[in-house]
Amino acid sequence: MVESQFWKSLFRVGIPNTNRKRVLAMLGNVVLHLHPVKTRKSGVKMRYTWCAGGVTFFLFLVLTFTGLLLMFYYRPTVEYAFVDILDLREQVPFGIMREVHRWGAHAMVITVWIHMFRVFMTGSYKPPREFNWVIGVILLVLTLLLSFTGYLLPWDQLAIWAITVGSNMAAATPLIGIEGPAAGLLKIGDIQLVTSSNDARFALLGGRFVGAGALLRFYVLHCVGIPLVAAFLMAVHFWRVRKDGGISGPV
Amino acid sequence: MLIVNAARGLVNFLSAPQYLVTVALVLLIVAINVRAIWTKRGGVVLGIGGVLFFALSYLDPNFNKVATLPDNVPIVGMIFLVGFFFWWAMHNAYENDRRIAEGRPTIEGEDSAQKVFSWPDLVYVELICLVVVMAVMIVWSIFLKAPLEEPANPTDSPNPSKAPWYFLGLQEILVYYDPWMAGVVLPSLIIVGLMAIPYIDTNPKGNGYFTFKERRYEITIFLVGFLVLWCILIVLGTFLRGPNWNFFGPYEFWDINKLVPLNNINLSEIIWIKIFKTGMPGFWLFREIFGLALVVLYMGLLPPILAKTVLRRFYEKMGIVRYLIGVNLALIMLALPIKMYLRWIFNLKYIVNIPEASFNI
Repeated sequence: MVESQFWKSLFRVGIPNTNRKRVLAMLGNVVLHLHPVKTRKSGVKMRYTWCAGGVTFFLFLVLTFTGLLLMFYYRPTVEYAFVDILDLREQVPFGIMREVHRWGAHAMVITVWIHMFRVFMTGSYKPPREFNWVIGVILLVLTLLLSFTGYLLPWDQLAIWAITVGSNMAAATPLIGIEGPAAGLLKIGDIQLVTSSNDARFALLGGRFVGAGALLRFYVLHCVGIPLVAAFLMAVHFWRVRKDGGISGPV
Repeated sequence: MLIVNAARGLVNFLSAPQYLVTVALVLLIVAINVRAIWTKRGGVVLGIGGVLFFALSYLDPNFNKVATLPDNVPIVGMIFLVGFFFWWAMHNAYENDRRIAEGRPTIEGEDSAQKVFSWPDLVYVELICLVVVMAVMIVWSIFLKAPLEEPANPTDSPNPSKAPWYFLGLQEILVYYDPWMAGVVLPSLIIVGLMAIPYIDTNPKGNGYFTFKERRYEITIFLVGFLVLWCILIVLGTFLRGPNWNFFGPYEFWDINKLVPLNNINLSEIIWIKIFKTGMPGFWLFREIFGLALVVLYMGLLPPILAKTVLRRFYEKMGIVRYLIGVNLALIMLALPIKMYLRWIFNLKYIVNIPEASFNI
């Protein structure tokens, strides 16, 4: 079979049993060419990298895949959201897609922190990698926002109250939040400029409280908006790892 | 039974925020100074101790009830993962510091002298990681159902209402600071502060290998922030805060009727009523002048004073811009434990209290 035309067309290099073929295997594959052909020996060791960044990226892929499957069944409306999740739970034999998605999301938050912890403890943010650390911090925030927006979607008590507690913070933004410092001072004559219908929380929720507007908004951000931005920044993140000399090591 | 109850009582007592944070801070500072003891095999003892603590605690019905909530399970995992990787990082740092002291290359230095082919060395490590992670995810997902509570009901708020677990550290800060600080300013500064790290830290050493001795101050500040003010506060907010955000020990029943006296007072009340005994002035600027002066002194005057005294070395090495940004960020981080201790010791509510503009610090 290894000699068949189909096999050879699929794996152009064949079994990478010579150094030349090992190089070609890395270069010829769209996924593997994210990596350099040769890597610092410290960079392939778990004791140094903890594989935390790799696991985070892998979890992102798992979440994209399971999220896509969930999108087939889930309608982001107040009427259907909860019953669709209930159906997923009750009607799908051995269904674990929602579980993988939820636990994967929690795990990704933790692995992102651990990745940041490793990068800090090895001083890998130091020149020339300063800006890649900045991108990493943005990706960390996006991960939290992805998890936060997803938290609302099951539309159960856990969801709306967690998001209510979280989004109430936006109302406390100085100047542009209704409960924030100095917001009451912004007025023309007797007319308040900042009201509960135009402040920061309203922008976040698409309403004065967590309702249908918030559900749709969070759904769109969760499924399309944030993943697109995160995917783009991940590409930049990985690109810069390569351009800054691969996985960090002593300089 | 007596011993068990005494142990429970002790743990409940020590879990109270004021002791938990104090113990965590003291333990962290002691730990990084006695690295020789626990970064080797001593860590295994600590790990076994941690597992035993949780295993025994699960036997307690009150602990079990909170710790086995589906969304709280990952946090138990987080405690062990963060603990393990803290040990692992310090273990490698200790070994490298020893090597550097002997004039030998670090572990990473030795390794990175040579390069290996990414196929198969790197690709296989990644494949193994990937398979292990997938296996863990599947097993975890089969044995633990994702939570689904009653359908959303905007008129029935649960008590306690908690944010998603990774924001519970911030929700815990709400006890000490108003929402505009705990929910907006501090999170923004955490993000900005993290981004600023590479530009503030000009120490050229410790780039690309584990070390502690060469980066003592950076690592200590980071560990205080990450381990104590972020992770420990999440644990506190998740496991130890019950109805009405009251404190409950890990083995304590979450009694919705628990009464906690609220006798917090503002700095202005302490000054005008208790010390001057004149009553509160009407005009807000006059009333809050002492609190405002304190804040201005803390943020504005303390950095230059420190630059001339204790932090002189840093000031000279970093230059004025880096120094001011770095010290101000560190002071804001430090303001959190300071406000906590002021609350615990003096029942201080606000340093500055201007309800006229919803501005409280």
